Amino acid sequence: MSFYEQPQRILLPAKVGYMALTFVLALLFNLLPWRDVAGLPDMVALVITFWCVHQPRRMGIGVAWFLGLVMDAGNGALLGQHAFAYAFLAFAAVSLHRRILWFSPWRQAAHVLVLLLASQMLMLAVRLVAGGLFPGLTYFAGTFIAAALWPTTSFLLLLPQRRPESVDENRPI
Amino acid sequence: MDYQPPPFFSRGPAPLVRLGFFVCLAVLLMVLDARFRYAESLRQAVALLAYPLQRVSLAPGELFGAAAGFFTTQVSLKQENERLTVQALRSENAQLRRLLEARERLPRESTLAEILYQGRDPFSRKVIIDKGRQQGIQPGQAVIDDFGVLGQVTRVYPLLSEVTLITDKEQRTPVQVVRNGLRAIIYGGGDRGTLELKYTATNADVLADDVLVTSGIDGTYPPGLPVAKVSRIEQDAAYSFATITCVPTAGTEQNRQVLVLSREVNLPAAPVETESSTGKPPKQKRSRGRE
Repeated sequence: MSFYEQPQRILLPAKVGYMALTFVLALLFNLLPWRDVAGLPDMVALVITFWCVHQPRRMGIGVAWFLGLVMDAGNGALLGQHAFAYAFLAFAAVSLHRRILWFSPWRQAAHVLVLLLASQMLMLAVRLVAGGLFPGLTYFAGTFIAAALWPTTSFLLLLPQRRPESVDENRPI
Repeated sequence: MDYQPPPFFSRGPAPLVRLGFFVCLAVLLMVLDARFRYAESLRQAVALLAYPLQRVSLAPGELFGAAAGFFTTQVSLKQENERLTVQALRSENAQLRRLLEARERLPRESTLAEILYQGRDPFSRKVIIDKGRQQGIQPGQAVIDDFGVLGQVTRVYPLLSEVTLITDKEQRTPVQVVRNGLRAIIYGGGDRGTLELKYTATNADVLADDVLVTSGIDGTYPPGLPVAKVSRIEQDAAYSFATITCVPTAGTEQNRQVLVLSREVNLPAAPVETESSTGKPPKQKRSRGRE
């Protein structure tokens, strides 16, 4: 089976400070004053998915909910809309974390695409119920780009946790 | 004897329970925010938390602008640049001068503000300006540019405020046709740069290229400011109302400098409605119709 082609690396434990830093950077990216750029990936959602898949015991629904609240306040959106969608996203990612990591990065991206699309559909439904206008199909373009960024993002975010390549002969692992 | 699992692997409530809890919390917040507007203090608190991030995320643009300005003064292609900058300055000056004239023409106090960026919420049409509560901006104030009405301040943060453009789907502006004085309410079309004159009878005297100005009866906008120009009329006898599409006079997508008008102080008190026994407060003087 091709699932087992990838070597399973033993990683260093993730630091909470590092996780917080990635969240702050993702928030910064999302809060940049983009002038009508269509198809902008939601980096906060992507990073939430990443940590939910890789560190499901440290990252949880509550953190995702709070990050969504910050996004709502920073965007001037309906308060709770991102929180709602991110809570669902975190729940789905935590539920699927045992399955997703067995796949190669691009197959993982396919899983992530479904998760992100589902959370975005939830957000769209909430806004349409609350009386917003349909923003057009370009609204979904960003999700596809975010899913395409998954292999790169997960490689970069895992870098600090990688053990040194030069193996010490005397070390047990 | 009842069996208790060992506490080594205790992980708190089950994920589904947590999800239920946070979803309930989010739905509660959304209802409070959308229907009752009770969540403003929470929004302000979280926005204060997000403010440093916003400021930092605005910095690259400002830095780039500053660096670009530095290098344009430094490079030897001075003549070329001067010509260009003079042209840009001239157009900016012209806009500022027109705004100044508008300010002098208006009987109210006004604040000059700059549009920082377009709102990121793709479901609405909003812009963020660089003046906030510290500069005396209040929610409900009218915002104009040198060509006409741009929108209304809907949310005020300590140093920024959010302006809902007249083209937003939720925004209504009371207007009057210049040619015959017909009063109507104009709705944002939601789309980029369209407005719609709703609930106007099919046989109403509105023609293409009619200019619509603020009627001033709401107390928010001073009377006589240009709002829109009628672009297309569809009169179908099957419906009792005509579909009238308009184009805003103000540059809702272009300008940088805007004027924020202060609200009129000596307004007469709002008339108390007779059927207010249902507990609804008397209608506000604002033109935002979200009752």
